[in-house]
Amino acid sequence: MGKLTNFKRSLWVFHASGGSCNGCDIEIIAALTPRYDAERFGIKLVGSPRHADVLLVTGAIPRDFADKLKRIYEQMPDPKAVIVVGNCGTSGGLFYDSYNLVGPIDEIIPVDVYVPGCPPRPEAIIDAVVKAWLKLEKLEKELEGKKE
Amino acid sequence: MTPETIFYAVAFPILGIFLGLTYKGIDRRISARMTSRIGPPIRQPFWDVGKLLLKETVVPENAVKWLFNAMPILAFASSMTLLLYIPFGVLRAPLEGYGDLIVILYLLTLQSLAMAVGGFASGSPFSSVGAQREMVLMMSYEMPLATVIVGFALLYKSFSLTTIASTPVWTMVSPVAGIGVLLLFVALLVVTPAELAKLPFDIAEAETEIAEGMLAEYSGRNLALFYLSDAVRGFAMAALEVVLFIPFTFSYVFGVSLSGTTLYIVEGLWFLFKVLIIYIAAVTVVRTSFGRFRIEQASRIFWVHVNLIALLGLALVWLGV
Repeated sequence: MGKLTNFKRSLWVFHASGGSCNGCDIEIIAALTPRYDAERFGIKLVGSPRHADVLLVTGAIPRDFADKLKRIYEQMPDPKAVIVVGNCGTSGGLFYDSYNLVGPIDEIIPVDVYVPGCPPRPEAIIDAVVKAWLKLEKLEKELEGKKE
Repeated sequence: MTPETIFYAVAFPILGIFLGLTYKGIDRRISARMTSRIGPPIRQPFWDVGKLLLKETVVPENAVKWLFNAMPILAFASSMTLLLYIPFGVLRAPLEGYGDLIVILYLLTLQSLAMAVGGFASGSPFSSVGAQREMVLMMSYEMPLATVIVGFALLYKSFSLTTIASTPVWTMVSPVAGIGVLLLFVALLVVTPAELAKLPFDIAEAETEIAEGMLAEYSGRNLALFYLSDAVRGFAMAALEVVLFIPFTFSYVFGVSLSGTTLYIVEGLWFLFKVLIIYIAAVTVVRTSFGRFRIEQASRIFWVHVNLIALLGLALVWLGV
């Protein structure tokens, strides 16, 4: 099945920033800079969730943003994976138990990979995207199994 | 329908897709090297298309479904047809005699038009904004593009691309007309990134401000078709410029006489090399060096500056003839 390896080589990422302090976002951009150059693995940031394979979410999610995040997730075509970058998204981080937040992101949409850190290093983010490949390939296999 | 026609009909799309995607890969690689990155492998666009074909194809709820699904096919078909009109070096164009520069002008427009209609049909505000910008941009760059083609018609007294390809333009012009042709070349080089929707004129697909614009709602197979048509059109546009402005053959430049299969192989590679040079000069270097213009800036650039250059070129060609 040569087809399935396509995700391993071409992965388009959509970046949704919730109530982020911009720290994690800067680290995501750092992954695209000459030092780390994620594009050499075929990883690319895209501007529309419709083009994306992976949703990258940063920051704790405020009440207003929860339904929007859900809509972004639903707009992505299958197969898809979600990565949460930063402590705020994984657990609430600094803002743990705040009355303004709807809790960790995995209570809103299914999350596949967590990247803890405040902010995490770009290597960790690239590693997380690599882990998301595995999920996408598994999903694609399941989809093909259903068709047959 | 001769066997030759059927062979062309099958071989050319495959060759076109292969070359288009390869040139796109080279373009991405060189662009990365220019910004001191390593860049993706040359085969990256092939993997991108392969992946897009695996993805689900979503049709938005408030889209006009048949238009939304038809436009990627129309865009793909028009850029494929465009390729059939362009003579490959010494190889003659498969559809030679069935159309000329005017048809090429229409086919180039049709692809952008298909994207704009697809954008309007998506029913998304981002796509509508993108489509409107594309229409404005098209109205701006069509005038210089048409001027270039009129200039060539004036020189050759013919719109046929075969006539133009058979005699290099530089050998049949007076010095005055030569300057005119040079100005037309400059105008066409500036039009190229706009025609191909590349930076600094990718205003209609600005991914950071209007979420990829016209393509915002496209996914899966439809997006793959747009991706392919974009790649093929990039190659075809550069090839068109080579046919018009640098038609010198390998044997003409280096003074070697070749024959048989060697001739076709060497001239074919030489043609691809020339196309690559034009592609890098007009697309890669420009898109890496510049930021995106605003739509009214782009309009002014085409209506005032590029138009002025093109019309001056046309006037000189007219004087020279």
